[in-house]
Amino acid sequence: MQIICCGNPGRGDDSAALLVARELRACGIEAEIESGDALDLIEDWDETGEVIVVDATVTGAAPGTVQVWDGTLPEKIVTATASTHGLGVGEAVYLAQILNRLPRRLRIYGIEGKQFYPGSEVSPEVKEAAEKVAKQIAQETVLSTQYSVSSAR
Amino acid sequence: MRTGASRTIRVDTLARVEGEGALLINMSGERVTDVKLKIYEPPRLFEAFLRGRHYSEAPDITSRICGICPIAYQMSAVHAIERALRIHIDPAVRLLRRLFYCGEWIESHALHVYMLHAPDFLGYQDAIAMARDHKEVVERALRLKKIGNRLVQVLGGREIHPISAAIGGFHKVPSKQQLAELVEDLEWALEASLETVRFTATLPFPNFEQDYEFVALRHPDEYPFNEGRLVSNRGLNIDAAEYEDHFRELHVKHSNALHSVIRGRSSYLVGPLARFNLNFDKLPQVAQKAALEAKLPPPVKNPFRSIIVRAVELIFACHEALRAIREYEPPAAAHVELPKRSGTGWAITEAPRGILYHSYTFDENGLIQNAKIVPPTSQNQKRIEDDLRDYAATLVAWPLDEATWKCEQAIRNYDPCISCATHFLKLRIEKDPESA
Repeated sequence: MQIICCGNPGRGDDSAALLVARELRACGIEAEIESGDALDLIEDWDETGEVIVVDATVTGAAPGTVQVWDGTLPEKIVTATASTHGLGVGEAVYLAQILNRLPRRLRIYGIEGKQFYPGSEVSPEVKEAAEKVAKQIAQETVLSTQYSVSSAR
Repeated sequence: MRTGASRTIRVDTLARVEGEGALLINMSGERVTDVKLKIYEPPRLFEAFLRGRHYSEAPDITSRICGICPIAYQMSAVHAIERALRIHIDPAVRLLRRLFYCGEWIESHALHVYMLHAPDFLGYQDAIAMARDHKEVVERALRLKKIGNRLVQVLGGREIHPISAAIGGFHKVPSKQQLAELVEDLEWALEASLETVRFTATLPFPNFEQDYEFVALRHPDEYPFNEGRLVSNRGLNIDAAEYEDHFRELHVKHSNALHSVIRGRSSYLVGPLARFNLNFDKLPQVAQKAALEAKLPPPVKNPFRSIIVRAVELIFACHEALRAIREYEPPAAAHVELPKRSGTGWAITEAPRGILYHSYTFDENGLIQNAKIVPPTSQNQKRIEDDLRDYAATLVAWPLDEATWKCEQAIRNYDPCISCATHFLKLRIEKDPESA
């Protein structure tokens, strides 16, 4: 399973996914960090495998709300990634769908943020949500590994 | 026929992007009465943040200003501080720095040409809509950008906010073998760039030319990246140390950002058009030939044709990267020792979207006392307003929604950091009741 965490450490809650990556790495689970640029995501994710992308979102939900898109594509994904030119995770999904370059299974964890201006702190709700998401992904990763091992036997 | 009616083109402000932008154009009858481009510039915060920090932190801190051109920020900081320290770097390190720049230009230009600018000319709302009909074009953009990313990763240690650049050299330099592994991709990228020029040359362009003062670096032997004098087509020819004697930043009521002007004159244009027009003779033959075949002889004065110029610069960046890799021999030391002294230094480098000025003053302990950063988007801001004023005047007879869309497209000619905002902009048109 490939885990890609997107964000910018200099923009407050946009580093939500980076906190997730830090937690996962502390557990010995590999997590890649990217800006969330759509073109880079499509080039970097494993089209033949299972991919989890984590990013901050701005959907109008309460800060810290975690939303998961799994399998079916939502009508619109609004991620808050600080991709400089506005082509983020949502655009990556739609572009990859058109180009037939979606991973075999793609899940997107969105953590709702509230403050994104340069130099701002991560809000407490987002910190708490990032820990929860990291735990959930860690559990899934362990289960996935166990399943792979048992399937191979 | 509209006569005497007032109309307003308004583009709402956006947040959470590297530069918040808003556009307001007022028209009265066939006259454009007001143009305001509002930009919030994060670098001002960084200048304050730099005070009291050690100069060695400046490259990494300033690289955070922009996610798409961190290398330009790093390199302007590095060059300015090296000048203050009066140190000279190994020629092999200088070659690596040019290679580093190639990576950033390839990333930035591929993204802008294909994903941000081309949809405008082909009549699509965005790159996703364009991809449905032009998959091969988007695939080419993906691969080109990836090749730029790899170059940045090999030299910078990672793709995002690279960390290897250091004052005096690099923290770590690549081996010849590491660079040789990039050659095959770069050879493909060079061919793809030639195709990019041919592709962009077929796009439809409005008949709109401006009388610009172009400002760019010029080096005796090279197409400019990170060295040279600052020149213009109206006689400017200065060292980076003289920048603040010739340029000033003005407060304008409607914007948090400062407008840059040339003292005694007015707005000016930086970026691909300026570089190309002032340095055409320094482009490699392959790039010059492609430009001329695309019917793009300098001077190019139509800002919409900047998309072809960026494609020509893609050729240059790929060609230059291959040259640098061919000539590279690892330096004896990755970086030179830094003397302990106070000083002031200045530098100008060419970010993908134009010149980026940095200056630093630090004390004998290396603590920064003063920093000044003038990014390219700030330098172009007044020029963008001037161009929009003239361009909007050609659109007065157009339906308001179409005129608004055309003006938004025009902003993307300059690839400003707020182009991220302009692609997300939600347009709200306000019609004067009389014109309804």
